[in-house]
Amino acid sequence: MPELYKTAVIGDTASISGFSALGLSVFHETEPKTVSGLIDRLALNNFAVIYITEPVAVGVGSTIAKYRDKKLPSIVLIPAVGGNTGEGMRKLHEAVEKAVGSDILG
Amino acid sequence: MARLNVNPTRMELSKLKKKLESARRGHKLLKDKRDELMRQFMNLIKETVQLRSEVESGISEADKYMAVAGSVMQSEALETALMMPSQEVEIEVGEKNVMSVCIPVFGTKYRTSDTGSIYSYGTAFTSIDLDGAVGALNEIFPKMIRLAETEKACQLLADEIEKTRRRVNALEHIMIPDYEETIKYITMKLSENERSTAVSLMKVKDMVLKQSHNFK
Repeated sequence: MPELYKTAVIGDTASISGFSALGLSVFHETEPKTVSGLIDRLALNNFAVIYITEPVAVGVGSTIAKYRDKKLPSIVLIPAVGGNTGEGMRKLHEAVEKAVGSDILG
Repeated sequence: MARLNVNPTRMELSKLKKKLESARRGHKLLKDKRDELMRQFMNLIKETVQLRSEVESGISEADKYMAVAGSVMQSEALETALMMPSQEVEIEVGEKNVMSVCIPVFGTKYRTSDTGSIYSYGTAFTSIDLDGAVGALNEIFPKMIRLAETEKACQLLADEIEKTRRRVNALEHIMIPDYEETIKYITMKLSENERSTAVSLMKVKDMVLKQSHNFK
């Protein structure tokens, strides 16, 4: 029997409250310090996927970077209600640049 | 290129030749590994970019509904409606090995198979836009899970490609030329020694002959 993991969503109330209906654990936090601690706590407590809104993610870049090369959790940036900042896409371009040497996605 | 600091002896020479041999083999293998990782990465990154744009547009769609719902309903009512979800989702984590990089594979497991269970509230006092928002999120959710999987895989592969590329370059531009140069140096030194021994032997022979037979 494989171990079952959970999914979390972190962000401001307006952006993420809809996710609670799907059965995800929703955390209404936006303060970088609290969020940083929260991510660490979630990583220790069987959370495989953490969705975090882009504006909140900007404040906790170092904590997210810490889990970059770990297998779990997978931290995914999602757009907040204020609109898409393109931060998530930029992270992908960064990965391409790292792997290929230059950003070939254009 | 720097020559390695070793004694120019035959033993060192044969050791170095063996090392050069395995360095060349390792270089070839690592180069193949890098190429294959790169191929996998390119496939994956294309899928991830596609998924991300789909997920982002899906979420902004849901956000629009949610904004309308928020304006029609009181925030307390909205909060109450979403307070007790009847659905619960759990993730089964598997593992896939891509060129010795372990990447996670996520499978979803719902508490109930009833598709209507995402609407955890009565419809009498809630806006229809709330249904729209929750429905839109539910629709995009499988893609979000897949996105989490591919994004993680991309990050892990990118790190591994970078590491492998460094190793390939180190072998190609530092280790192998160093070994080659040191081997050349030892071979030259040894043949030089040989010649010098031959010359001194000839010299000694001359001297001995001269002494014993008064040879010219």
